[in-house]
Formats: sequence, C-alpha cells, structure tokens
Amino acid sequence: MSATDTGTTAPPGHVKVTIDGQEVVVPKGTTILQAAQKIGIEVPHYCYHPALSSPAQCRLCLVEVVGAPKLAPSCVTAAQDGQVVQTASEKAKAMREGVLEFYLANHPLDCPICDQSGECKLQDYVFAEGRKHGRAREPKRVFGRDDFGADILFYGDRCVMCTRCVRFMEEVAGDPLLTVVERGNRSVIDTFFEEGLQGSPYAGNIVDVCPVGALVSKDFLHKARAWDLEHIPSVCPNCSQGCNIELHVRDGLVQRLRPRLNPEVNGHWMCDYGRYRYEGLNRRDRIEAPLVGRAPARRASGWSEALDAAAARLREGAPRGGQARVLAVASAEAPNEDLAALRSLVDTLGGGDIVFRSPRAEEEIPLPGMLTLARRRDLAPNVHGAELLGMRRVGGEDGTGGLDEHVRRADVLIVLGDELPDFGEEFGRERAVYLYLGSYETPGAAAADVVLPVSTFAEREGTFTNFEGRMQRFWPGLDAPGASRPAWRALFALRAALAGDEAPGTVEEAFHHLTRLVPALEGMTLDGLGTEGARARTEVAAATRAGD
Amino acid sequence: MAYPYTHPKEVRVLSRGWGEPATRTLDGWRALQGYQGLAKALEMGPDAVIETVKSSGLRGRGGAGFPTGLKWSFMPKEKSGAHYLCCNADESEPGTFKDRELMRWTPHQLIEGCLIAAYAIRADHAYIYCRGEFFEANLVLARAVEEAYAAGLAGSDVLGSGVSIDVTVHQGAGAYICGEETALMESLEGRRGLPRIKPPFPAAVGVFGRPTTINNVETLCAIPHIVREGGAWYRQWGTEKSPGTKLFCVSGHVRKPGNYELPMGFPMMDLIRDVCGGMPEGRSLKAVIPGGASVPIMTAEECDGCALHYEGVVERGSMLGCASVIVMDDSTNIVKQVRRMVDFFAHESCGQCTPCREGTSWLSRVLRRIEDGRGTEDDLSTLLSLGDEMTGTTICVLSDSAAAPVISSIQKFKDDYLALIPARDKAGVA
Repeated sequence: MSATDTGTTAPPGHVKVTIDGQEVVVPKGTTILQAAQKIGIEVPHYCYHPALSSPAQCRLCLVEVVGAPKLAPSCVTAAQDGQVVQTASEKAKAMREGVLEFYLANHPLDCPICDQSGECKLQDYVFAEGRKHGRAREPKRVFGRDDFGADILFYGDRCVMCTRCVRFMEEVAGDPLLTVVERGNRSVIDTFFEEGLQGSPYAGNIVDVCPVGALVSKDFLHKARAWDLEHIPSVCPNCSQGCNIELHVRDGLVQRLRPRLNPEVNGHWMCDYGRYRYEGLNRRDRIEAPLVGRAPARRASGWSEALDAAAARLREGAPRGGQARVLAVASAEAPNEDLAALRSLVDTLGGGDIVFRSPRAEEEIPLPGMLTLARRRDLAPNVHGAELLGMRRVGGEDGTGGLDEHVRRADVLIVLGDELPDFGEEFGRERAVYLYLGSYETPGAAAADVVLPVSTFAEREGTFTNFEGRMQRFWPGLDAPGASRPAWRALFALRAALAGDEAPGTVEEAFHHLTRLVPALEGMTLDGLGTEGARARTEVAAATRAGD
Repeated sequence: MAYPYTHPKEVRVLSRGWGEPATRTLDGWRALQGYQGLAKALEMGPDAVIETVKSSGLRGRGGAGFPTGLKWSFMPKEKSGAHYLCCNADESEPGTFKDRELMRWTPHQLIEGCLIAAYAIRADHAYIYCRGEFFEANLVLARAVEEAYAAGLAGSDVLGSGVSIDVTVHQGAGAYICGEETALMESLEGRRGLPRIKPPFPAAVGVFGRPTTINNVETLCAIPHIVREGGAWYRQWGTEKSPGTKLFCVSGHVRKPGNYELPMGFPMMDLIRDVCGGMPEGRSLKAVIPGGASVPIMTAEECDGCALHYEGVVERGSMLGCASVIVMDDSTNIVKQVRRMVDFFAHESCGQCTPCREGTSWLSRVLRRIEDGRGTEDDLSTLLSLGDEMTGTTICVLSDSAAAPVISSIQKFKDDYLALIPARDKAGVA
C-alpha cells in the first residue's frame, strides 16, 4: 500500500513511519532499524545487536530519511511521526556498496577454510549488494591468528571491527576482558592478559555475536560446514535453567550447541558450561536392544517379547492387592512424559516411592547482564519436573549415594535413566523384580530381569520443566540407535498391560496424561507450549513444591 | 620585539606579550590589563557576558567558525547539576601552531578566558585539555593555574564574588582525534578517544553526562579583551561576518614562516609576499592549503585576490579552518604532499567507522603507488570514488578531512598525477 495518508495520527506514545512504502506504527523511541524489522525489512548491520549498546560505527545501516541532508544510521535514529524512510534508495544502496567494498579491502577472502562460511554476514551482504568486482589491488594488512584463551580463536584479518564481542564482555558478561587496541586500520581486538578469556563463564557467546569468522570456537574448528548442519530447536540439558538452544547436527552427531532466542529464559545467550557439554549426546556405549533375563543368562529380544516378560515379572512380583514394596529410581535428566509414565506405572502397582539423584554444583554462575539467567546449581534439566510429580531427591550433591537403604527394602525395583555409576553388577540382584530402562550400558543393569533401551531427549520429542516451572519443548535431532525408543512408550505399555486400559500413543497424549497428574499443569497442551514454552501456574507449582 | 618575526601590519591583541618571559607570570599578565575582563564579567552577570560576546561576532577559532556567543547560549539557563567548560587545547591539525604559542607565552590570558566563559555558561569546572606533546605549554599552564588559585582568581571564591570555578589542566596522550570535541570528552572521562554520535549535543549531554561547552584556545583568549573593551571594539577589525583579529600560522615555502596576528579579511597574497617575505628566490607559488590539512587545496589563481576571512576563502573553494596557511611553491610534488597528509589521517583515524578506518589507509596506499610510478589513470577515478564514499558517511569529520585534499588535488592538479603515471597506463594512449 502506498503511504498517501501520513497525516493520520498514531496512537498516543506511538509514531507512524513509512519505510520503503509500507506504513508501520511503533512506540515512540523505536529506532528505524527496529521499525523496519517489524515489517520484515532487514537493514544490513554489524555493530547493532538487539541486546547490546549501539555505537553506530559500522556505517552499514545508513538509510535515507526523505528530507534529511545526510543518510541516517538507522540503529540509533529514532523513528519520527510522519517520517518517510527509504532503505533501498539509490543513495543508500550506493553507500552500502561502498562500505562493503571497504570491508573487503583488507579481508582475506578465505571463505573456503573459514568456519563462518555459509552463515557469514559479510558473505551474505556482499553477495546481495556488493560491487561485482573489487577495486582494491593493494597488499592486504595481515594480523594472523590469536588464541584468546578458553575456547576462542581470533582471526584478526576477518574482523569487521563491529566490537560486538568487546561490548558483550563488558555489558553482558560484566567481565571486560576484550578491548580494541591501536587505531585506524591497525585496530584489532585483543585481550589484556596472557590468560585471555580463560575462566570467563559466558565467553563462548562472543563466537555467536561475531557476524563474521573472526571469532571461532576451537571445539568446532573445521568440524563442519554451516550448510551441512541441521538446526534442531531444543533445550539445554546441563542445568535447570533450561536455556533454549539449537542442536547443530551433521552425520548423526551433535557438532555444537547454539543458544536460541527466548527473552523469558536465556535471551540470546547460554553459558559455556552448558555449551560444551554435548558429547554425551554422541555417546556410542548405548543399549540398543531390549534384553531379557539376568546376566549371564541374558539375551537380546524384540520389544513385544521384552514388554511381555517385564509385565509378567511385575504381575508376579507385585500382584494386585498384594503388599509388595515398590521402589522406582528416576532421573532428573528424563523428560516429563517419561516421568509421568513412571509415576502412573508405580501407582498402578499399588503405589511406592520414587526417588531420584541429581548432582548439585556448589554455586550458581549468574550472567551479570541478564539477572534471570544463571548456570543453576541443579545440573540436570528436569529436577523441577520430577518434583512436580512428587519424586523425592536422595543422595549426595555429586549425584551418587543415597540408594542402598531404599533398594534393600524394595521387592520391586524399577530404574529409569540413572546410570548407577556408584554400583557394580550386584546392584538389584536381591530384588524380586528389577527392571532397568536406560540409554547407556552400565554394570548396574547386569542383574535386571529386563533391560529396555531408551532414546535420549535429543532423539525424540518431549518436555522439560525448568527451575521456575516453565514447560519447554524439544524436538528430535538424532536418530535413536537400534531399537531404543522413548521410555514413556514402554512404561505406559506396561501400565496398560497391568491395568488393562489404553496407553497414550502419541507424545501429545503422553503430555496430556502428565497434565492430569499435576494440577499446576491443568489445561496445558503440548502445542500450546510453542517454541518458547509456558510456565506452570506458579501458585500451584509453589504449593506442590512446598508439600513434597 | 623578539618573538621570531613580527610585521608592522600585524594587530597584536592576543599575541601581545609573546616573546616576553614576564607575560607568563601573573604580574606580567596583570601589567597588560590582565584579569580586568574577569572582574568586569563578574559585575556584568553571566547573561550580559554572553550578550557581549554575541555582539562581538566572535567565531570559534578551532576551525568550524561557529559563533561563540550563540554556542554559549545553548547551555541551560537553569542549572540542575554541574556544567562544564572544556578548552580544546589539543592543537594537532597539521600546519597549526597558534594555540601552543598562546599557552606558552600567555597562559593567564587563556585562564582568564576560561574563567569568564565558565562564569557565563554557569560552569563549575573548566578543563583545559592540552595536547600531550606540548610539554612546555603543559608546564607553563600548570604553573599559571597554581598562581591563579593562590591569587583567588580560580577556586571556591573567584575574586571574592562567591562564584566557584575550578580550573584543571589535563594532559592528553597524543591522539589527533582527541581534538574532536566529543572524542576529547571521552578521553577526559578516561576512555579511548572515540567520537560520539550527535545528537545529543554537548550543550545537553557533554562531559560526565552534563551540559558542556567546548571552545578552542584562541577563542577563549579573545574573550578577556572582548569583555574588557566591548563587542563593538572587537568589530573594528574584520568584516560583518568575520570580525576581529586572527592568528595565521604560516608554514611551507616562505622566507619568514610563523604566527602572525592580522585583522580578518587580510589579503592572502599580502600575507605570503609581504608579511612572510615571499617565496624563496626564483620560485613561484603553486598551491596553498589555507586552513590546515583538512581543507581543500587552492591553486595560485584561487589565492590571487583571496581575502582571508571565513566567507572569502569559501568563495575561493576552500575553508579558512584554523587559518593554518601551508604555502607550496613550484618545486612541490603535490601527490607526495597529499599522500603525506593522508598518511597522517590514516595513522590518526580512531578506527570506529568503516569508511574512515579502511578508506584512509586505502587512499594512502593508492597514492603511494602512484607516487612510486606504478599508478594508472583508473586509480584516479577510484580515489575520487573512495573520497566520495568517505564524505558525510561517518560519525565525525576526520574521514571527510582525509578525502578533501585528495579530491581537491585531483580536481585542481590532475597534471601532477598524470605526470607520475606511466604512459602505457594513461587513458587514450594508443
């Protein structure tokens, strides 16, 4: 629509601007760049980042404001009522073409060996709007490569001097370990001391904020090309904050984790503790098939045989109306749907204790620039989810111990997800019935009557509940190895076999089942959580917590 | 007088007392009616001081020529906290050396100017940001400030008026960009000297986040005289739009280079031939840069008949700037001179804005190649296009300044460039 009626007034506290022929109404004080974003117009930029201050120095976001003598930096220029902005006028485009050529004057164009290639803003912008042929024929300035400490390498020649990394460290990390040294085109990002970024708990984010390949991760160095990576929305499994992340997957392996924007939880960020703990998802020591019989008389089987065997053992060990003592050992790494299924199965068996063990760090690691974000003390993603289902934490702060007494008293023992690192092959051998559901091979499962292979959260859909009761979804990014599948399928199937009713067949139904178990979740649906999750009703959640 | 060279046509108002060691002292300055302007200002009240300066028509001597009284009137009349005055004494424009002499010989003239200006804009504190390399000026100023405090001229009770104005000399660390007013404030606050985005302007949000006025040394040195003698008195020299006297720093191919205080509007050729003694024997004028390295270069024809006031130099295609007249005779290799100036800007670019950070050094490398006989005619259009892309596209004007001599020299001295380009690379050569 053409903007012929700019005379119409915007609501109080708002301004109406016309950008590239489209009208948009935004709150007063909104910058032109943000107003343009609102209607899907992306003004190229480097130094602007929505979570950092704007120095307006990259000069790429300059746009033409009709009637103004000079182009205006759209990242710091507030939209004015009635203003007409052209982001792609001849003048603005010529300016961008010129600035992009300046960027290339000293850029090494080493895209073939650059990790950023394929997700590089310099590539993208030059491809879209750069000169067809560069005119620079002078020798290029050379900085070489610098180790910034921690996981970070710096390729100064690729740097566009946007200073996002410097501002991130100062404004968000609260740890000003980076600066610009020298001036003019000798300007270069540097650290102050030999140790560089070592020990700074959020430094990994500077690789994400770097729009080009200047800051790269040693861990990811030359591991994969950007265009070969699949991006799977997920939730960080390494503490109870539940940072929204993407799994970047190639060849069935997680290559790296990246934060995914969620203003309510983690903003644009995640901590290094979480970021670099993804190798567990690529572990190969997996249980790949159901196993029936206690070792050494053990054999692999199909699912139906294994489930039948497990149901039979449970019927014998915990007959209806009997007095069998049931103990379930859960894990705070298990998704809600699995925990809900476990809860229901235990209830069907006549009730019993469900305990879990989970490591706790000595202290939180907060992010000074975002007070709601911290690496939490609980180093598992679903402690709160387990607690909402009435499960009880046992054992020490390192996530071990605390089981002996409970196990000794139990007739029926069901373990879900706990790798039992502090136990050997004798674990559970004295129990009448012992079922083990887990992903990884462990001596602790040797005495189980039936072992069921469980897919990890990265291989399936489901939800975790973070420390503040926020239900958040994740999606499958890896193929589950062998016959492993989500634990809720097996647990609900066992329950159905015992109770003679219908088992939830989809993850939505499994989630629905969960919401009926926990009053605080009443009315929630899996789809309703969206990609950013939703909070359980807090007053109820708090009450549930206080009562456990 | 002993000061290197003087000339009868000079009108020595600000430079009166130069060369006399006594002027550096409080007593010496008082002997030249020193601090009478301050006493009078305190009687007049701040608004009347601003009106007087407005009536004098004094324009900022740092280069931009903005009317000083008007600038002062931008400061809030009602104080809601501290106000500051910054004296820009970071004189580093190539070819300029007037402020150094003002500070070396007449430190009290500057301090008096600062006190009056601070009083007028209701500032609590005047910072003199002095170029780091000016070791002598820094020492002389520091000594004079001590004297002023001891005599009750500065401090909590200026001349018994109850007005409190502190004066601090801050020694810079040697960056050209810190002479840009917003970079100066950043540096004064203890950060890297990076120019700030305007708006907000310093009169609203200046140093330490408070309303601030920044004036050049020469501007502030004119203030005591204007307040003491009145605005009309100052207008006896110069023109309606450019009143008063001006210090001209003449360097280059003249027999008597130096500082000369002349009425605004003085003919450029009289300055070169008469006041400065003309070119060396047998040489003729080739080019003049009239206002420091960042203004366009002028040809000999443009200089002929050029009156040295703000409007006169603009008429001739350049700018008066800070009146640093660099004279070049016919032995000059223009490309080399321009390259040297661009080298300077490339070295001094703060590196924030891309067009300046990359453009200045790119210009310099292309110019170097042409100078070495490896240029092509295409390079000239590249230089012009880069210069165009560097003009008006950055936070401060350093980028524009670096581009100006390149653009103007290619436009006006193209033959000098072509003479350095090997024949086979010239357009139109078969």
